[in-house]
Amino acid sequence: MTTYEPVIGLEIHAELQTKSKMFCGCSAAYSEAPAANTLICPVCTALPGAMPVVNQKAVEQAILVGLALNCTINPMNQFARKNYFYPDLPKGYQISQYDLPVASNGWLNILAGTDPQRIRVRRAHLEEDTAKLFHHDRHTLVDYNRAGVPLLEIVSEPDMHTVEAALDYATRIRAILRYLGVNSGDMEKGVLRFEANVSVRPTGSSELLTRTEIKNLNSFRALTRATAFEIQRQTQIYQSGAEVVQETLGWNDLKEMTISQRSKEEAHDYRYFPEPDLPPLEINRAWVEQIKSELPELPEMREQRLIMQFGLTVNEARLLTSDKALADYYEKTVSLSKSPVKTISNWITGEFLRYVNDMGLDLEHLPFPPEHLAQLVDLVTAKAINDNTAKEVLAGMFKTGQSPETIVKANNLGQISDQDALELVVAQVLNDNPKEVASYLAGKQTVFQWMMGQVARLTRGKADPQVARKLLLQALEKARISK
Amino acid sequence: MQPHTLSIREAHELLTTKQISSVELTTAVLDHIHKTDPLINAFVTIADELALEQARLADQRLRQSEDITPLTGIPFAVKDCISTRGLRTTCSSKILENYIPPYNATVIDRLSTAGAVLIGKQNMDEFGMGSSCENSAFFDTHNPWDLERVPGGSSGGSAAAVAANMGLFALGEDTGGSIRMPAGFCNVTGLKTTYGRVSRYGLIALVSSFDSIGPMARSAYDCAAVLQSIAGQDLKDATSLPDPIPDYLKMLDKPVKGLRLGIPKEYFQAGMEAGVESSIREAIQKFEELGMEIREVSLPHTTYGLPVYYLVLFAEASANLARFDGTRFGLSVAEGAENVIDQYLQTRREGFGPEVKRRIMLGAYVLSAGYYDAYYLKAQKVRTLLRQDFEAAFEQCDALVAPTCPTTAFKLGEKTDDPLTMYLSDIYVVATNPAGVPSLCVPCGFSNNMPVGMQLIGKHLSEDVLLQIGHAYQSATDWHLKRPAVSK
Ligand SMILES: [Zn+2]
Repeated sequence: MTTYEPVIGLEIHAELQTKSKMFCGCSAAYSEAPAANTLICPVCTALPGAMPVVNQKAVEQAILVGLALNCTINPMNQFARKNYFYPDLPKGYQISQYDLPVASNGWLNILAGTDPQRIRVRRAHLEEDTAKLFHHDRHTLVDYNRAGVPLLEIVSEPDMHTVEAALDYATRIRAILRYLGVNSGDMEKGVLRFEANVSVRPTGSSELLTRTEIKNLNSFRALTRATAFEIQRQTQIYQSGAEVVQETLGWNDLKEMTISQRSKEEAHDYRYFPEPDLPPLEINRAWVEQIKSELPELPEMREQRLIMQFGLTVNEARLLTSDKALADYYEKTVSLSKSPVKTISNWITGEFLRYVNDMGLDLEHLPFPPEHLAQLVDLVTAKAINDNTAKEVLAGMFKTGQSPETIVKANNLGQISDQDALELVVAQVLNDNPKEVASYLAGKQTVFQWMMGQVARLTRGKADPQVARKLLLQALEKARISK
Repeated sequence: MQPHTLSIREAHELLTTKQISSVELTTAVLDHIHKTDPLINAFVTIADELALEQARLADQRLRQSEDITPLTGIPFAVKDCISTRGLRTTCSSKILENYIPPYNATVIDRLSTAGAVLIGKQNMDEFGMGSSCENSAFFDTHNPWDLERVPGGSSGGSAAAVAANMGLFALGEDTGGSIRMPAGFCNVTGLKTTYGRVSRYGLIALVSSFDSIGPMARSAYDCAAVLQSIAGQDLKDATSLPDPIPDYLKMLDKPVKGLRLGIPKEYFQAGMEAGVESSIREAIQKFEELGMEIREVSLPHTTYGLPVYYLVLFAEASANLARFDGTRFGLSVAEGAENVIDQYLQTRREGFGPEVKRRIMLGAYVLSAGYYDAYYLKAQKVRTLLRQDFEAAFEQCDALVAPTCPTTAFKLGEKTDDPLTMYLSDIYVVATNPAGVPSLCVPCGFSNNMPVGMQLIGKHLSEDVLLQIGHAYQSATDWHLKRPAVSK
């Protein structure tokens, strides 16, 4: 039987984190609105006569993303009207960009499984978000707070051939947007939405067969499930000798299947034409250069640097740079700690991230600063506490936000490696157990372990074993001589 | 003295010398409207209370002699496509019959700041689609010179009102002659401004890339006074121009001697009413007497003006009218609707008149896949040729002179069955809008007892020159002072 390989392209809709909306002065922070339809004006509710004005900050953020995705920034931009009727679209058209978008012809390096691959980015264009609809039994309510919030649509070429590649591409785009500070990446709030174009073809062929478009994928899980489902569905259609139909699909999260929304014949004719209310937008070189100079270090560059600078493995570096806040936290901890980098990396990629994930914490709002984590690792390195105690202390830090020193002191958890203190303990063990001392001196070596146990008991496990061993041996030798 | 017959200039003199108050002036105008408008039907809404309230405020300013502009205390009205906060704005359409905007158009704010007194909203062809005011969903407006005839359109209510002394000036809106054509039909001076000179914010759009708001008044002088208040960049209209605003009133008295006036030969073709042509020729004679140089020029792509204009109009208007869906404002016909699309269809079926529907359908057609290149894109290319025609002509002259319409006002009902003939009445005024240039309509005579208008067309942002020429002409003639009997 012929085997098939998938061909996947992604469209990513990212809301931009500007203060105001794309074409009016209303606040874009609709998720914090006090009530429905409170962040609205004549422009974003499309009252007759209202006119759009372009939000410069949104254009800047779009340029920033374009540069991060290695795109050409087009010196001449044009907005266009995309015409269709839907109650979430107040003007009856969406102001978008058509033949002259902000950015085009870029690329992004990803890992397809373990193989590096370059995915081409076709374009990134600015548009406006729609209103939110609330469907009831006999009616639908419309909240225009979201209407007109800036959106950046990032369109890839159909360069991905596995679900994993698509997931990695989407994950990296999300990370880049967060690195740039233009999108929170908060999928639950819907600030990032995916659409996947999927087709399959006989493995090894280079043709492009009929594709379907899956709309409204609002989580990474939905993206991977829907894409996998669609690949399998199309493969089965070809294998049974039938043909795939070009259509737009929706993803049903509950039934875990794609569902036809409209066929090619029913496809919208959007009747694009240049938006006459907005003159062409010129983006001159100086502006682009200015924005370029503000471009922060991006995940891929940072990954390489961390490998070079700290000798991390590829996997560690990827994990640590996957999120800007995590990478920042890591580097800050390294700079504050006197411990070997390797030890710090192990702590962060291990115990630390396990707590973060288990507790579902937001890396930007952790209960304690990098200073505290550096302290903790340094306490271990200095043998002030042992590994097991350190884990307990870390748990306490996540729970209370207190510094490790505070926790250690409060619970009297410090490891005793102090010679004088331990000498007293050893002396006490010898004093209290003359029979056992005699038996040891008579040649019964095994008693030594028992006496070490007594030291541990008296110090409640905090004695540094190496120091205790040395002091106990010394004390017993003294006893042998003075006997 | 009959206060309602005053020009802005005259009224300003009396107001500032305290010989009349704005309340007296406004009351006189309102009384005259209530007496005369039943014959004319120029007004969709008359705002007596609001007007008197503003007049009282203007009087305070006048009493304190503070912050006085040439428009302080002057009663005016606007075409009903310009949004007025708290005052019904209908576009003479059923779909907006009860729509009260929560905000002012920028021009309204500016006039309000200047102290002008808004007295009402004027009838028009529905959404500006028409040349006779007969496409109003409410009623026909009658030409004050002959009540059997149309006032022209689409700013027909504004032209008829100014001609009949119902308001000292009006704001009209010109998409393809909508100020100049009715101004010519009613013996009013009307200015289509350069695209972008006056903010469109709050103007209910017909063709976003053509629409220009401008004054309609008793003289070029009065138009200059109004333009001074409304011109200039508006941050709410991205297409408004940042260029500095000249002192239009000061420029009026500059001598026109030596200015070059071009006569576009394509505008003087067969089919023009004899009395129209002779009036225009006489006016040209007058310009020569005033010392202007007259020369013939050519605008070779003139015949494409009308198709270009209508193709772009259909396309943009179809999108501009998409927001009228009965969801947020205006008429909503939900009764019996199974779903939201039904509701849209019912609302738009009942709310829009036949000409509007015709143009929306044509617009959707010319923009649709497979036709876009042949129609919309081609029209945009020819539009560039029209603009270049004007640019070339303005290398040889400072302004052009031409008739505003091949005929004088036609009879009500005469052309309503034939939209194409109706479209043709705009043949001389449409080309300026795709080119974006300004044009001033100046009364220049009568043909069969009906007014004849000529238009002066200028280069980009040359309103000052057009007003200067118009003012020189009006200082030498008195056509613009003639008023119909109903205006008394
Ligand atoms: Zn808004």
